Amino acid sequence: MSHWFGNDNRLPQARLAIASYIIVGMIGVLLLGFWKLQVIDSDKYAALAERNRVREIPVIAPRGRMLDRDGRVLVDNRPSFSVLLLRDDMTQVEKHLAAISEGLGIPLADLKDQLNSTKNLAKFQPIIIKSDASPADIAFIESHKSDIPVLEMIPVSRRRYLPGGFLSHAVGYVGEVSEQQIEASNGKLRPGDFAGKFGLELQYNDSLQGTDGKRRVIVNSVGKEVGHLPTQEAIPGKQIQLSIDYDLQQVAEQSLGERPGAVVALDPRNGEVLAMASHPALDPNDFAVRVSADEWKKLNEDPQKPLLNRAIQAQLAPGSVFKIVTATAMLEDHVPAESFTTFCPGYAKFFGRQYHCWVFYAKTGPKSHGATHLHEAILKSCDVFFYNVGLRLGIERLAYYASHFGIGHKTGIDLPSEEAGLMPSPQWVARVLHRKWYQGEVISVATGQGAVTTTPLQLARMIGGIASGGLFMQPHMLKDTPNVKEERFSISEHTIEEITDAMYGVVNEPGGTGGQLRLTGIEFSGKSGTAQVIGYDTRARIGKQKKFEDNAWFVGYAPRRNPEIVVSVLVQESGKHGGEAAGPVVRDIIKAYYDKKNKKTPGQYTAQTRPPESLEPQPQKPAQAGVPVPRVALKAASAAVARTVSGRER
Amino acid sequence: MKDAPGTRDYDWWLLAILATICALGVIEIYSATHGSSLAGMHWKQVRWLAVGLVLMFALSRVDYHLILEQALILYLLSLAALLAVLLIGHTHFGAKRWIQLPAIGELIQVSELVKLVIIIVLARFFAEVRTDELDLRDLIKAGLIVGVPLVLILKQPDLGTALVLMPMVAVGAFLAGLKWQHAAVFSLAGIFLVGAVFYPPVSRRILKPYQRERITSFLHPEEDAKGSGYQLLQSKIAVGSGGFWGKGFGNGTQNQLGYIPVRYSDFIMSAWAEEQGFKGVLLALGLYMALLLRLVQNAQRAKDRAGMFLVMGVAAALGFHVLVNVAMVIGAMPVTGIPLPLMSYGGSATLFVFLAIGLVMNVRLRRFVN
Repeated sequence: MSHWFGNDNRLPQARLAIASYIIVGMIGVLLLGFWKLQVIDSDKYAALAERNRVREIPVIAPRGRMLDRDGRVLVDNRPSFSVLLLRDDMTQVEKHLAAISEGLGIPLADLKDQLNSTKNLAKFQPIIIKSDASPADIAFIESHKSDIPVLEMIPVSRRRYLPGGFLSHAVGYVGEVSEQQIEASNGKLRPGDFAGKFGLELQYNDSLQGTDGKRRVIVNSVGKEVGHLPTQEAIPGKQIQLSIDYDLQQVAEQSLGERPGAVVALDPRNGEVLAMASHPALDPNDFAVRVSADEWKKLNEDPQKPLLNRAIQAQLAPGSVFKIVTATAMLEDHVPAESFTTFCPGYAKFFGRQYHCWVFYAKTGPKSHGATHLHEAILKSCDVFFYNVGLRLGIERLAYYASHFGIGHKTGIDLPSEEAGLMPSPQWVARVLHRKWYQGEVISVATGQGAVTTTPLQLARMIGGIASGGLFMQPHMLKDTPNVKEERFSISEHTIEEITDAMYGVVNEPGGTGGQLRLTGIEFSGKSGTAQVIGYDTRARIGKQKKFEDNAWFVGYAPRRNPEIVVSVLVQESGKHGGEAAGPVVRDIIKAYYDKKNKKTPGQYTAQTRPPESLEPQPQKPAQAGVPVPRVALKAASAAVARTVSGRER
Repeated sequence: MKDAPGTRDYDWWLLAILATICALGVIEIYSATHGSSLAGMHWKQVRWLAVGLVLMFALSRVDYHLILEQALILYLLSLAALLAVLLIGHTHFGAKRWIQLPAIGELIQVSELVKLVIIIVLARFFAEVRTDELDLRDLIKAGLIVGVPLVLILKQPDLGTALVLMPMVAVGAFLAGLKWQHAAVFSLAGIFLVGAVFYPPVSRRILKPYQRERITSFLHPEEDAKGSGYQLLQSKIAVGSGGFWGKGFGNGTQNQLGYIPVRYSDFIMSAWAEEQGFKGVLLALGLYMALLLRLVQNAQRAKDRAGMFLVMGVAAALGFHVLVNVAMVIGAMPVTGIPLPLMSYGGSATLFVFLAIGLVMNVRLRRFVN
C-alpha cells in the first residue's frame, strides 16, 4: 500500500461535529418553510388548488314567465345555446382567436374588445361570446372540440314574446347587460348575460331573473375535463301574473289597428290594468338577441317613436276630456252657479280675441250650440260654455282640482319611465317661462288645450276615479297586488251625479258626441276629446297636413256609477273627432268586457284557449316551451272584433 | 491485512433508513403516475433500486484504498467521458447529458458518475494534505480539480449537477483545515457570484437564456403563471394545499391532475407533501436528517482521513441535493433540475446514490482493519 494515506488517523472531530449541526439546522429551516406553506398559509393554497382544478360553467337561470290574469302565458322562454369562451389559459385563447372569429362569424376586433373589457374578471370565469348560436355555430364547436379546447356551449333559455308586438310596450324586453350594469351587479352578472331593459322586464327584473347556478367541472392541467363536482342548480326566476286580460288586450290591439295611439283599460275599483297597448309597436322577439348600435340609433330616431309607450309616456293636450275637470270644479265651487247658461253662436270673443267652438267647423249640422247649460255643454262638448266657465273659475281653482285628479303627477304605475304630464299654473309659468300668467290662457286650459298635457293612463285613472265618487286607485300591472295605494278626494254626491249623468248622456242621449257608440244593456258612459295640435286659425291658413291633424281622445267606462272598467284611448293625428276615431275602440273593449263577464269565464274570446295554467312557479323545461297562446284564439278574437265593427254601422 | 469483513459490519441502520426513503419514493411515484400514461414507472424505479443495491454491495467489497489509488485514472476517464458527451451525447430537454452504454444500450447520465469520481479524487487529494491547515496553494489545486469537470458539465448544460461539485470541495476543504480567513473570502466570493447570477446585466453574459428565465421566474413567479414561474407556483400550491394532514394517498389534485411539473421526479417532494401533508414531510425530512447524521457518524468513526473524506464527500453531495431540491419545491430556490436523492425517479441518479453509499459502507467495513 502506498505511502499517501499512511497511518495518520487524526480526524477533525470538531469540524465534523459542526457539520452535524449544519445538517440539523438545514433540515430545520426546510421544515420551517413547509410549516409556513402547509400550516400558516394552507387555506390560501387550498383555495388556489381548488381554483386550478375546478372550472365553473354557469347554469343560466331561466327567467320567470309572465301570465295574464287568467293564467295564460304572455311571455315564455325558448331553448337556445350560448357560446362560452374559457379564459383559464390565455395563450390558448390567443392562439385560437382568429379561428374562433372566422368559425363563429364574430369580428376579431369585437372579440378582442370583449376580452379586454373582461380582463379584470377572475380567470376561471368564462365569458359568453355569442348568444343564440346557430346550427352552423354548434356544428363548428362540436367539430373543433379537440383542437379548440377553449370553447364551450351552454343551454340558455331565451325570451319568447307574443308575435307582432302584442302587449310589447308593457312587457318590455330583455337585452345584453351593459358594462355599467355588470359593475353594479357585484359579480352577479357577466358579459353576455341578459337583463330587463324596458317595461315589466325591467321593472320586475330582480324577481324574474332568478339566480344562476354553476356546473363545476374538474379539469386537469391541460384543460381536459376529467370529472365533475355536484352542480349548484340555478334557481329559476319567479313567474309573475299580470292583471292584463289577454282577451281585452287582443281587442285593444286589433281595434286600435295601424293607427298611432294608445289604449289603457283599468279596473277603477282596484287599479288593475286590464289592457295596455301602444302603436306603432315593435316585435320584442327581434330584440331578444342583439341589436346593433346602428339599428338602435335608427329606432330611436324614428319619427313614429316605436319605442315610446304612449300609454304612459305620450304627454298630449287632453282636449275636451278636460272639461270634466272644469265641470267638477264649477259644481264643487259653485263658480259660476250650477244654473249658469251661456249662448253659443259658434264662437266667443274674450280680451279682443275670437275663440271658436268646435261646432263652428262641424261638417254637418248647425254651426252653433245655441243656449247651453252644463249637462248639454258636456254632452255636446260646447267650447264656448267652458270658455266662460274657465274664465270665471280662474286658473288657481282649475289647477287645484286638476292636480288633485292627478294631472301633472305620475300615477305611480309599476312601469319604468312614466311621464307626469303638465298642469299649468301661474307658479309654473313664473318658474319655467319667467313671465306672468295671462288671464286669457285659462280659456284654453279650461277646454283641455294650451299648456295642459296628460297621458292616456292619467285620463283613465282620473275619469275612473271621478265616476267612482272621488276614489283614485293607483294603476298597477300585477294581479292581486296587496295594499294598492288609493287617493280620496272628497266630491259631493250631487256633483258626482251631475257629472256621471252627463257622461252617460254623451253616449246615450241625443246630441251626445258619442251617440254612435251606444251599447244595448250596458251603461256605457264617457267623454270625448279632440285636441288641436295647432289652432283653428293656423289650420285654416296652412291647410290640411297629416302631422298637424287633431288627436282624438275618448275615455269611457261602464256602468255609469262606480264603474268596473274604464278605458282611455288616444288616436294620434286621426283628423277625426274623439267620438269618431277613439270612441269605437273604447266601445269594443267595453263590449268585450261585458261579453266575457256575462258568459262567465272563459267567455266568447277565450272559448278556444287552453285552460288557465297552474300559477305555481314551475320547474323550467326550456326544451318544451310551446307557443304560449294558440293561434286559434287570435283568430277567434279578430273575428269577434270584425263582428263588433260591422255592428257599429250607422 | 485481514480478510474481507463480514456482513455484520455493514451499517444496517443506514440501510434501513435508505430503504424507508426509497419506499416513500416508490409509493409516491406510483401515486403520481398510476393514473397516467406513465403508469408502471414505480416498477422501473424498483428495478433501478435493485441494480443500485447490487452495485452498492459490489463497490463496498473493493477496499477503498485500492479505489483511491486509481483516482488519477478515474479522473482522466471522467474528463474523457464528459468530452464524449459533448461530442456524441444524446440530447433530451435541450441539453446534452446522456451517453449510450455500448453493452446494454441504456442511456446513462455521465455527470452522475462523474460526481462519484470527484468525491474519490477529492478524498485522495485532501487526504494527502498533511498539514493541519489548508494553505492557499492546496486550495487552488482543489479548485482546479473540480473546476475542469465543472466547466464541462456546465457546457452540457447542466447547472444543477455542476453546482453539486461546489459543496463537495467546500466540505472537503473545511474538514482539511480551511482557514477561517479563506472561508470568509470564499463565502464573500460565493455571495458575490450568486448576486451576479440574480443581477440581470451580469447574468445575461454568463447564463443561458433558459437559466436566466428560471432565475426570473423564481424571483417573480406570479408574473407569468403559465410560463416558467408556473412550475414553482404550482409546486407551492401543491405543498400548501396539502395542509398538516395531507389530502391522502392518490388524492392530491395538484398531483393527480398534472399541475405539478415532473411530479414523479424533481418535484416528487411536492407530490408527497400534497398527499401526506406536513406530517409526511416531517417523516421524509426526518429520514433524510437521520441519513445525513448517520453518514457524519460513519465519517467520525472512519479508520483514516481518506475514509473520512470519502464519507463526507458523499454526505456533502447528498445534503446539497436534499437542500436544493426541497428548497425548490417550497419555492425558496429557483428550478435547477436537481433530483431528490432516493425518492425522485431516475436511473443514473439512483445509481449514483447507491454507489456513493457503497463507498460509505466500504469505509465502514474497514474501520477496524489493521
